[in-house]
Amino acid sequence: MLSTIVRRLLQTLLVVLVMSGLVFAGLYLIGDPVLMLASPEATDAQREEIRRALGLDLPLGRQYLIFLGKAAQLDFGNSFLTGESAMRLILERMPATLELATLAMLLSVLIGVPLGIYAGLRPRGAGARSIMAGSVLGFSLPNFWVGLMLIMLFAVMLGWLPAGGRGPVESFGPLKLSAFNWEGLKSLILPASTIAVAKCALIIRVTRAATRECLPQDYIKFARAKGLREKRVLGVHLLKNIMIPIVTIGGLEYGQVFAFAVVTETVFSWPGMGKLLIDSIITLDRPVVVAYLMLTVAFLAMLNLLVDIAYTVLDPRVRLEAA
Amino acid sequence: MSARHDASMATGAPPVLPARESLWRVFAAQFFSSRLAVFGLILLIICLAMALGAPWISPQNPYDIASLDIMDSKMPPGSANMDGSLTYWLGTDGQARDIFSAILYGMRTSLFVGFVSVSAAFLIGAAVGLVSAYFGGRIDALLMRLVDIQLSFPSILVALVLLAVLGKGVDKVIYALIAVQWAYFARAARGAAIVERNKEYVEAARCMALPWHRILRRHVFPNCMPPLMVIATIDLAHAIALEATLSFLGVGVPVTEPSLGMLISNGFEFLLSGNYWISFFPGIALALVVVAINLVGDHLRDILNPRNEIQG
Repeated sequence: MLSTIVRRLLQTLLVVLVMSGLVFAGLYLIGDPVLMLASPEATDAQREEIRRALGLDLPLGRQYLIFLGKAAQLDFGNSFLTGESAMRLILERMPATLELATLAMLLSVLIGVPLGIYAGLRPRGAGARSIMAGSVLGFSLPNFWVGLMLIMLFAVMLGWLPAGGRGPVESFGPLKLSAFNWEGLKSLILPASTIAVAKCALIIRVTRAATRECLPQDYIKFARAKGLREKRVLGVHLLKNIMIPIVTIGGLEYGQVFAFAVVTETVFSWPGMGKLLIDSIITLDRPVVVAYLMLTVAFLAMLNLLVDIAYTVLDPRVRLEAA
Repeated sequence: MSARHDASMATGAPPVLPARESLWRVFAAQFFSSRLAVFGLILLIICLAMALGAPWISPQNPYDIASLDIMDSKMPPGSANMDGSLTYWLGTDGQARDIFSAILYGMRTSLFVGFVSVSAAFLIGAAVGLVSAYFGGRIDALLMRLVDIQLSFPSILVALVLLAVLGKGVDKVIYALIAVQWAYFARAARGAAIVERNKEYVEAARCMALPWHRILRRHVFPNCMPPLMVIATIDLAHAIALEATLSFLGVGVPVTEPSLGMLISNGFEFLLSGNYWISFFPGIALALVVVAINLVGDHLRDILNPRNEIQG
């Protein structure tokens, strides 16, 4: 088990390394940030000055090595715009995205799993059919449009919830969260629901498929034959066995939500990492973009590993074996 | 389809037309058994017809500045223009464009981007997947690692970064969409081709000393079509939604060729002041297109996936 985890960690490291090369080459070969930074009236000499100050005059290979060396110490340079450390900028924004993604996933699982089980129990019933049709709708509707419609309904027409922004935050150690006061939670509801609409649709489908696969199994028949109450059959015997695909998909989607928050955060002007990425892309603020991409890759790779480990805990039949 | 016909000619066997026709009939019967899927198909055909016929159907050319009257801007749905010659059934936007006409033209751009990018991704991905499966070994390992790395990145991120580098434009959006989609086709084509590779007809073709590209193109490829068609359908919906998202974020199509996403984005600023229709109707149109394609794709997956055959 331990050696497998170490091996997987090394693999993860390799993936991150390869990605760093691709990201570096992709972003550093095309587009000239000096043109963005220097004022239009700057002379060539002044531009050269900026280029040297940022280290952009060095050969590409050397630039990459310097980049790697610093990246190993989690230093991705300073933002071209604000001069602050790119890493700091991102970490400052991270709690906002974290709470948004967490609440969104929580909502999708809490709503999606019961609906999915219901649809799986009576797949031909009218209820199941409408749930499934709804789930097609859920993952078809473009996320940003769902957000707009929620704003229209709940913020503009009904005026119940704020249309954007984050509301007041409270500090929990290094984390600044808004989910634990009423005003903050109110501004969190709409963006989290927007993400949850799509993710819930997915969870419903996974749960339904897993339920249909599990129901004809002997242990369910046996549990029923023993005369267990339906509640216990479903809540214990079925739920335990359908958890594996749900945890897999849920875990991987949690990572995706982190990345896809870009869209939702823009719609709701939620001051998270995604909004920062969009702003940085538009202003060609390379260090921030690179730092964001590297962190995301590392994060997604680690999440994959955690999901694999979660398997073994949930299902003793699955063992992390040296493949 | 003609590829399979040619293949049988090339191997000297009599063409198997009757059997193939009944296969089609079985497929059609299965497809039409789902009312939802048929509904999706009809909806999709209507959308396609409206997009293709936009210059003839639309009451106004929304990009002909001369025909716009700025007095008519932000009119609510159902209001008529000054001399009563034109009714804005879905209202007008900030530049006095008829929303209905703008939607028709926007749908044109959206569907065009979707179809072109998916077709290109299909061809590139299928080629990579088939070559990977046929030759195996190091080529396979290399190509599939490439696919893995590509798929480990969320598509929206890859597209965003690519467009940040390439700049705005319909062609650039198409490149970005191809870049995020080819890997799905490559993986599916490889999976299907690995099964086909060891079948007798491939062996027979090899015995005839046919060149590898001919075997892949004429013999293996047609037999890998079902899973690829499913992915193509679902990807089309994905591509259209992704393009809309990118345009909404401001890195997609230019203002001169607005897609549905662009129209929604334009209406965003008016939404907060209560002029809902500028964003709402293009959004409905976009949702209809995507849902229609997904309904068709969802059912296609059910009938073309051999694992689901028993459940029907």
